[in-house]
Amino acid sequence: MVKRPVPNEFIIERDEKKCIACQACVRACSYDVHTYDPETDTVESDDSKCVGCHFCEALCPTKALRTVRNPSAYKENANWTAEVINDIVKQAEQGGVILTGMGCDKGQRNYFDHMVLNASQVTNPSIDALREPMELRTYIGTKPDCIEIDYNENGPVLKTKIPPQLELQTPILFSAMSYGSISLNASIALARASAEIGTFWNTGEGGLHKALYKYGKNTIAQVASGRFGVHAEYLKSAAAIEIKIGQGAKPGIGGHLPGEKVSAEISETRMIPEGTDALSPAPHHDIYSIEDLRQLIYALKEATEYEKPVGVKIAAVHNVAPIASGIVRAGADFVAIDGLRGGTGASPKIIRDNVGIPIELATAVVDQRLREEGIRHKASLIVGGGFRNGADVTKAIILGADAVYIATAALVAMGCTLCQKCYQGKCNWGIATQDPYLTKRLNPDIGARRLVNMLRGWSFEIKEMMGGMGINAIESLRGNRENLRGIGLMEGELKMLGIKPAGEAW
Amino acid sequence: MVGKRNLEDNFKKVADRDYRVPSGCAVMGVMSQKRKKFTGRAVMKAIGVMRERTNGLGGGYAAYGIYPRYADHYAFHLLYDDEKAKEATEEHLEKNFTIDKYEAIPTREVEAIKSRPLLWRYFLEPKGMDGSSKDDFVLKAAMHVNRNIKGAYVISSGKNMGIFKGVGYPEDIGRFFKLESYRGYLWTAHGRFPTNSVSWWGGAHPFGLLDWSVVHNGEISSYGINRRFLLNFGYHCTLSTDTEVIAYLFDFLVRKQGLAIEVAAGVLAAQFWDEIGRLPEEQRKLYLALRMAYGGALLNGPFSVIVGCESGMIGLNDRIKLRPLVAARGDKMLYISSEEAGIREICPSPDQVWMPEAGVPVIRRFESGGENG
Repeated sequence: MVKRPVPNEFIIERDEKKCIACQACVRACSYDVHTYDPETDTVESDDSKCVGCHFCEALCPTKALRTVRNPSAYKENANWTAEVINDIVKQAEQGGVILTGMGCDKGQRNYFDHMVLNASQVTNPSIDALREPMELRTYIGTKPDCIEIDYNENGPVLKTKIPPQLELQTPILFSAMSYGSISLNASIALARASAEIGTFWNTGEGGLHKALYKYGKNTIAQVASGRFGVHAEYLKSAAAIEIKIGQGAKPGIGGHLPGEKVSAEISETRMIPEGTDALSPAPHHDIYSIEDLRQLIYALKEATEYEKPVGVKIAAVHNVAPIASGIVRAGADFVAIDGLRGGTGASPKIIRDNVGIPIELATAVVDQRLREEGIRHKASLIVGGGFRNGADVTKAIILGADAVYIATAALVAMGCTLCQKCYQGKCNWGIATQDPYLTKRLNPDIGARRLVNMLRGWSFEIKEMMGGMGINAIESLRGNRENLRGIGLMEGELKMLGIKPAGEAW
Repeated sequence: MVGKRNLEDNFKKVADRDYRVPSGCAVMGVMSQKRKKFTGRAVMKAIGVMRERTNGLGGGYAAYGIYPRYADHYAFHLLYDDEKAKEATEEHLEKNFTIDKYEAIPTREVEAIKSRPLLWRYFLEPKGMDGSSKDDFVLKAAMHVNRNIKGAYVISSGKNMGIFKGVGYPEDIGRFFKLESYRGYLWTAHGRFPTNSVSWWGGAHPFGLLDWSVVHNGEISSYGINRRFLLNFGYHCTLSTDTEVIAYLFDFLVRKQGLAIEVAAGVLAAQFWDEIGRLPEEQRKLYLALRMAYGGALLNGPFSVIVGCESGMIGLNDRIKLRPLVAARGDKMLYISSEEAGIREICPSPDQVWMPEAGVPVIRRFESGGENG
């Protein structure tokens, strides 16, 4: 029987007139696409190994390389696409689950692209964001039911004790990416950028490397079902704690870290043997219901002396509104929700692409439910899952989020081109790898600079759009759905989002 | 012959009852700190000077101290589309209140006012309360009428005060309601310039809720969240107006949350974070906590507001002063107005005239004593 190969996705086009056979590409590619033939003094490429990460292109000093899509095609078929056929071929060869990295790429409706913002004209003035103060500062944490004040002769004095809060200078945080799934240099870049901007990064479920403790006051420490690297010192070092129940890219299953990425340092940080797969259990085995979650929330609050906000992260699923309500009632200071398009270092493709709901809908229904129940102030809402720019952030905040989590965009800022091969641990850009030869390609200072630049750019954009709407504080934008209109959406979708169709006045 | 009126009937009527429409306005407020009473003439004259700011699609007044004989009763001013709405409302009122007096609100024919709804007032004492406070009970009853009885609308529901409003220029509305015959110690007035074709009498200002009355010039850009913030605390906004949320926010912050008016004003027109950062330690902590807890109550966008209540009068601008507001005082009187001309019309030489700074409230409380309320 003829063994049927899976056609390669990309073709490397090498311009022989430009190529000087310097072998930069040979040294650059961790997938060994390029090889040098000393006899002919030429460089050859094995297209079948190329993942399309564009690192060689970036490095080639004479710009001789181009990565293009392989035009070799099957007979066109809307249902039986090349991806579908190739996946079957792979599974027929090996049997097993197909892994992938990054967020769902299937193009289910992106509601952000079907919503448009408002701007002031005549009846109220727009506010010039370049000349007037525009406030993005955001506090994450439980807000009291009531502010009690002592009125004495020296003026009013605050009586209420305010629960612990995270102060954000812009309503954007870096979402959970574990040390293990990404390199230490990538983690350092995220931590330094957070400190400079005045926001937070999240350890993911991989514990905290010794080199990162000094960024504690900008760190959210995650506690996931595998409990990797969780100990008292870890919890105490961070500014907040997040219990990870679910993740948008793989709702219903636990985290995956392939053994290839478990180096000596990862092993030490995670407290697991070197080279073993770190597979988190699907549920927390001490949480089989909401009352168990309450116990873990309070165990963590006890362990940190009620000095830090403790939140819970879930994947956006069908029942997300009542689940979030239960989490708030269980005592969480914030609820993080990760949508369908949320990224991952490794996930079964079938789950990533088919389980969960878009974050736009989840944000809208959770915010509305919590308000109807009168508990919206008891927890902050952080949402994530495929946020691409300042407009996505603005729209999510209008739908009701307090802040957003970004991760894919942060990786792109550091070089990532979404080749989706993170789980192989061979990331040429030095991000999703533990190979020292590769990780040193990511300079944490330059990485941090690029992250800061991106956040600054997004923040400017948010301010400009806010000013256009005649609003100069983010709290007046938050949940203010009058400023959003839907385009090309059905009535049911508009209802879920709580917005009117474009064209309808107030 | 096709009359002008018939032609107009062919066009769509966009009523503010159904839509939230932005509007420009004139606002005016006069109070005697000593509760010395004066007739509605002064405030009618003052608002009349600012006719340019209005377009005849809404005018109204709030008057405090006008019902001394029924000072302890909740005075309900009702607006009805028809007899059916009146019957349904009265049935509801009789079930929940002892009605000590009711009557049609006296009016006179005014040429400029072509059509009018039924206007009645009731002096009520709550009965059979379900454990809630009297104010909450009354609030619930008023909300019930506004939400559930078609064609009926509670214009005001406070004690010893009343709101008179309608579609027309404020001077005409004042004459229509014979306001020269009422004597009160605090009056506010409003002239409206909405961006729609026909107006509904209930959509005019002031907006009232218990003792609160609000006249407002501006557009609240934060309306969407203010409304949803209130939902979190059990308030259902039933009208499509910015003014309603302002009244509810005052009620929530002052009556329900127990904040001093000064502090509540500091929530509605919160200081910038930079300013809060420069405050002395104790104040910094307080205003930080207030902005954190009540961020959804921040009023954003351009506004100048005059609020009347049982304890006095409040003038407030948005935090970057995008709408005009002038204040003046003299002879234990406080005047707040959109334009200084309005004040000078009735008080030619006040002791002091000033422009309140952005977000800094003007608050005057009644002195104790004075003419019997």
